Parts: sequence; C-alpha cells; structure tokens
Amino acid sequence: MQSETRDATNIPGNDPAREKSKKSFTDLAIRYGFLVLMIGLVIFFSVIAEGFASPYSAVFIFQSVAITGILALGVTATLVVDGFDLSIGSTATSSLMLSAYVLVVLEMNAFVAVVACLIMGAVVGLINGLLIVKFRVPDLLATLGMMFLLVGLQRIPTQGRSIATGMTLPDGRVAEGTFSKAFLALGRHRFDFFIDNLIPVSVIVLLVVGLLVWVFMELTRHGRLMYAIGSNARAASLAGTNVNRYKVLAYMISGVLASVGGILLAARLGRGDIASGNNLLLDSVAAALIGFAVLGAAKPNAFGTIIGALFIGILLQGLTMMNAPYYTQDFVKGAVLVVALVFTFALSKRGGAH
Amino acid sequence: MQIPAVSLRGISKRFGDNIVLRGIDLELSAGEVTALMGANGAGKSTLVKVLCGVHAADSGEIDLYGEGFNPTTPSAAISAGVVTVHQSINDGVIPDLDIASNLMLDHLARPGGGFFLNKRNIRAEARKIAAAMALDVDVTQLVSALNLADRQLVAIARAIAHKPKLLILDEPTSSLSAKEAERLFELLDRLRASGVAILYISHRMSDIRRIADRIVSMRDGRISGVFSDTPLDFEGAVQAMLGHSMTDTNITIPPAGDPILRLDNLVLKAGSEAFSLDLHDNEIVAITGLVGSGKTELAAVLFGLEKPIAGQMTLRGAIYAPKNQRQAINAGVYLCAKDRASNGVVPDFNITKNISVPFLARHSRFSFLRFSSERATARRTIKDLGIICQSDVDEIDSLSGGNQQKVMVARWLAEASNLLVLDEPFQGVDIKARHDIGQKIRDTAKGRATVVMVSEIDEALAIADRIIVMNDHTIVGDHRNENTDLAQVLTQVTGQQRDQTGSETYAI
Repeated sequence: MQSETRDATNIPGNDPAREKSKKSFTDLAIRYGFLVLMIGLVIFFSVIAEGFASPYSAVFIFQSVAITGILALGVTATLVVDGFDLSIGSTATSSLMLSAYVLVVLEMNAFVAVVACLIMGAVVGLINGLLIVKFRVPDLLATLGMMFLLVGLQRIPTQGRSIATGMTLPDGRVAEGTFSKAFLALGRHRFDFFIDNLIPVSVIVLLVVGLLVWVFMELTRHGRLMYAIGSNARAASLAGTNVNRYKVLAYMISGVLASVGGILLAARLGRGDIASGNNLLLDSVAAALIGFAVLGAAKPNAFGTIIGALFIGILLQGLTMMNAPYYTQDFVKGAVLVVALVFTFALSKRGGAH
Repeated sequence: MQIPAVSLRGISKRFGDNIVLRGIDLELSAGEVTALMGANGAGKSTLVKVLCGVHAADSGEIDLYGEGFNPTTPSAAISAGVVTVHQSINDGVIPDLDIASNLMLDHLARPGGGFFLNKRNIRAEARKIAAAMALDVDVTQLVSALNLADRQLVAIARAIAHKPKLLILDEPTSSLSAKEAERLFELLDRLRASGVAILYISHRMSDIRRIADRIVSMRDGRISGVFSDTPLDFEGAVQAMLGHSMTDTNITIPPAGDPILRLDNLVLKAGSEAFSLDLHDNEIVAITGLVGSGKTELAAVLFGLEKPIAGQMTLRGAIYAPKNQRQAINAGVYLCAKDRASNGVVPDFNITKNISVPFLARHSRFSFLRFSSERATARRTIKDLGIICQSDVDEIDSLSGGNQQKVMVARWLAEASNLLVLDEPFQGVDIKARHDIGQKIRDTAKGRATVVMVSEIDEALAIADRIIVMNDHTIVGDHRNENTDLAQVLTQVTGQQRDQTGSETYAI
C-alpha cells in the first residue's frame, strides 16, 4: 500500500515553458483538425458531386443521421460516467416493436404508444444501471446481456414476425389496428423552413435532444459531477457525490434516448419491422467516439457527438452521390472511426498522460 | 574480511524534479536478515525497484558478491540472483494453476524448454522444492484453493526456487495473521541459515522484533540510521525513520475554544480498546501512528465512510452519526483524503473545477452552474494558498505535486467547516508547499476543529497544538505540543503491536 507517491507526481507537463512553444501547432491541429477536415469534405463534395450543395441534400444528411445521432447522445451520457451501453441498438428496436404492438395489436393511440416506449427505455436503463452498480457486473457485460435479452424479448409476443396491420396473431385473430396519423407524423411530417416541407421531425428532435444533453452536461452541476465520476470515481465519491445514483441516471438517459430513436424509426417505417435497426448500435457508438476528437475535447461530449454523426452522414452522402457502392459504407465509417480515435488518444495531452 | 553479499554505493534516483534516492550506501551480508524501515515516500519502494531491475539508478553502483550488478529488466535481476516477493500476493502466484505449475513457472517460461508439458517431471521437481522448504502441501492442488498464508509461502517458494543470493520481501506479512506469519518466519530462519541475504521491508514492529538481525531506517531518500548491535534499538530505528531533526518549532499554542466534536467510547475495530476524545474550536490535533494503527479507520468513521463498532460521536452538542460522506459534508465535517492521485485529483478537470467539486450546489442555482461564483472562489483560494499556476483554468496535471496537493487542501478550505480532517496532507509534497499548507491550516483554524493525520512525527511537531498517538486502533498517547517528550511519543508509536491487519484504503 505504500506505493511511492513521488512516482505519481512525475507526470508529463511539469515543464510548461519548454513545452509551450512547440505545442501551439499541435494544439491547433488537435482542436480544429476535425472541423477543418469536415469543412474540407463539404467543399470537396460540393465541387465534385453535383447537387451536394443544396438544402435538400443537407436535410437528407441530417435526416440520415438523426436516429443514430439521438442514440449516440445516449451513449455519450454513459461514456461520461466512464461506462458504456451496448444495449442501445436493441432498446431502440424493442421500442420500435413495442410501439407497433401497442398501435396495431392493442389498437391504442399514438400517445399511449410513445409513453409506453419511453417508460420501457427508462426501465431498461434502470436495470442496466442496477446491474452495474448493485450487482457489480462490468458495464460492457451487463449491457451486452441486456442487448441479447431484448433482441429475444421483442420477438416473443409475435412469434418472431414483423407487426403490420392485417397480420395474423398467435391466437388466430387478425390485427386490425393501424399506425395512427399522429404517430406517422413523427416520422413523416416536415416543417416549413424557407422552403415548404423541408425539415423532418426527427431532425428537430435530434437538435433539441442534442441541445438538452449539451446543457445538462456542460451547464448543470449534475453534468459536472458525472464528468468527475468518469475521470476519477473515488475522488468524486470522497467529495460527497452519490456515484451510483449518477451512473444509474446515465444509463436511464441512454435507455430513454434509445427508445426515442426507436419511436422515430417506427414512425418512419410505418410497421414493426423485425429486421430494421441492425446498424444502429455500431453507427451510434462510432458517432459518440468520433465526438471525442472534435475540438480536442478528448472526452465524450454532446456537441462532438452530433458533429461525429454529421461527419459520417456527409461522407456517406457525398460518396453515394459520387456513385460509390453501398457496400463500401461500413468500411468508410470504420476508417473514420479509427482516424478519430488516433486523434483522441495519440495526439491529445490526456491520451498521452494515461 | 568477508565480501558482503550485496553492496550499494551512492545510489541516486530522481523522477523529474523529485529526488527520491539521495545517495544510498548499504551493505547486506549473507545469512543476515536486514529490516528496512521507512515512512511512505521515504524511498523504500524505489530502492527495491532499483535492486530488482524495474528502475535503473541515475548514479551509483551495485555489487553482488564483488561483481557489478546492473539489471536492466526484472528477469535479468532474477537470473543474477536477486529475487523479490512483492507485497501483493497475487503478483507472485497464478491462482488458476496448480502449485506444481506455479513453482515451476519460471522453468516453463524459459525458452528451449520443449513444447509439451511433462507433468510427471514438473510435479517431481515441484515436490523437491516444496520438501526443501518444509512446505507440506499437495502440489496438484490449485493455488486458488489455498489460504492467503499458503499462497504467500508458495510465492516465496517460487522465489527461492531461483536459488537467490539476495531475497527481497516487501511487506510479506501484511495480509497474514500472527500464526501464519510465524510459519513464514520459520522458513526465513532456514533460509538465513543457508546463507541467503534477506532484505525485509515491513512496518510491523512485531515482525521486525522477531526476524531482524539488523535494522536500516530510511528517511527522505537517505539512510537515516543503521542498527546492528544486539539488542537492537527498535525505538532508535523508528526515530531515525520518522525523524526528529526539527528543533523548537515556534508554535504558540492558542487557547482552545469550545469543544466541537466529542468521541465517546469509540471502538474502531472488533476487539480493540474503546477511546474517547474531545476536539476543540481553534485547535489543531495531529494524530500519528504507524501504518495499520487505525488512523485511516478513524478518518473513515469521522467522514461517514464506515460505522464505528461501538461508541458515539457528538458534534456541537448534537448526536453525529453520518451514514455517508454526503451527510458528513452537510454536517460540516470534511475529509481531505490521503493519496491525492487516487482519492483526490480529478485528472480531467482544471484547477477551478477540481476545487469546486464538493460544493457545486453552492455554485449553482436550480442546478445550473454559476461559473462566475465558482471561479471567484477558485481565484480566492489559489491566492490564499499561493498555488503557483498561470491561471485558474490550468489543467490540474500541469501542476507540480506540491501545488496539486494545495489544490486538494484548497478544495476543503473553500467552505467553512466544523471539523476538517486532513489525512497525510504532506504526502509527496516539497518543503515549501508543506510550509504553505501548514501555515494556511493554522491561519484558518478558528471556527473549526482540525485533525491532521501524519505518520512523520516532525510534521506533527511542526503543525499541531496537540499530538495524539494511535496504536492498535486506539489512542495510546495525548501530548500537548510543548516540550513534548519525544522518547515517550516514540515508545507509544512503536509499542508492542498485536496482530493487526489494518486496512490502508477507505471503504467507499
């Protein structure tokens, strides 16, 4: 127990004068490199691909990343407390199936469907959190288990089939409920913004959720304490922070946001498609991790997460317009993620100090 | 004249600005157990790491039986005959393998040992090793099925299988009971008789009394005392380790105010003696004692991290029984934890954010942070404590150790308290920062009771109005810091310690 404390004090950065001069350029590169890269991409695609630089194209990009972006904001919350949520993808698809079940099989209205999904997301997050803080299951394993559990659970009520109006239920009845207009509007309505019918609901939800998460994390004491937990949980605890409660809260935020993503997906599809949402987990985790590199934050943050999601969206949209085949998409996402991780861990001061 | 087994000449080592070893000269003889004592940060661990090839010394020479010894890796040190058993038992054994494999592990790892295991040979070899050490175990048993003492003995057997010239044991009994430790000592007796030089690092006086032929005390990177005349001068060794170089410190003890916290028949550990204590307004009380004397537990009880076994606490006349650290903080009882790197510093935060962590509620309105109020407090405390930085938003890890420690103290001085407990506030801190922190604690002492847990008596003498000595989880001495009878304090610190397995980390 008598580890030499002197060793610990020997960390880089003790000689500010010497390091300062050579740091400025690297600093700038780390801080703005990713944003510069993104603007460069936009200019590049605008010149090369005809039609890229149009409001419709911009909205399409936003729309393509809205749902993964919302999920990624949830992952960000768990990353802030030094956790990880692998169950967001299946929470989203569970929410998709649940909303379809409530609307089509139980024949209830849109409001009930939305509330049921949000409650389910919160409960999933609560269980994740309790598994982690009370039963001390490591975060990756707890949420991996929850992921499997939900993938299976969402198939049981319909014996593994997708939900649509007119389907035959296990008991032989025919489901007669429909996706109500109000619910479908969540996925299909577009707000006017200079141009009629321009901005879809999901983009607005992404921006609002992004703003809320940013405000919560950066401007409130709760967010600050969650960052403290993520950086040194023992220190945060000895400073009087209820570490367990904040960790559970982070997983609940993640679960609720994942279910929001699922609702939007259901409203866009108009049916409870069992096979949709396969890519949600990886895409949103990638967005959150890319977010580390934005503005040299080297830590999870809401602004970076949205930029990360947009970055992928811009890249894919541009490549698609340049007729790159669809099957190269995952490769591109992976490559961006790896580069962003190098930015975060190899170049930043924190990556080096750890 | 016989050549010493190991001789070190002028070993120095620094990490950045921190000089950890300042020219160590030491000889160890074959067939002799040398106990190495030193407070945390004295440089013991670094010295061991130099010997076992983890760190290279910056200057100085080491000879092993007259030949130069400069290990660059731990395995080089082992093959040269310097074998170390580290404090954490599980570094020394692999629990999921059987005893035979553990004993023969280094043999198995050696290149050119063949591809397939010959289990029968391994077991036969392992039995020989075990028999040589009078280790009565079934070598096919899994190590995970053994109790701590047996695991420790297996780890030591593994070390001995290398036929060491020098065996280094780092706190080998820290998780053993007295009975289990005795088995270890019997083993060491046999090794000593066979001519191995043994360097034995421990805080436990009872171990040292039992096993040591010679005591070497370290303090502040130097050898501060070597005791080899029988009977060994244990108190002298402790004094050399804890230091007494301070002459009169000009503390004028201010009149103590009203009692603030009263401890009534508190029992910290099952079986230890109850004690009572009054802490007064404007009073600085230093609590001193060796590792495992119960200081950490007392701090934990005061701060609501643990419940006392029995007894009652009264804070300003009202019953004080905090269930957790938040309740303690709300009652105005703060703990500035020891070991800032793991318990204090939030490495991703800048100075301001590090200071405000416990009191964010006071810097926010409806949960929204008021950055101006936060920064104003940070600026004030930075100035108060003389924290050397470029601005209040410097990253915490751009600061030196002493300044980081000042930030930790600033965190808890930022708000008024009823009781401020500082656990080892001078750990890994340079002289200047030490003085600044001590001065600030003194300047702000009015309005609260202050407890400073220190293991170095110098520090206690320099800062306290009253020095309380703990031993075996109870209070064994209470001295007003005027013409303190140092010899008596040392006797109390050293006191025959019973079987103790004091925890060294806070239970959160």
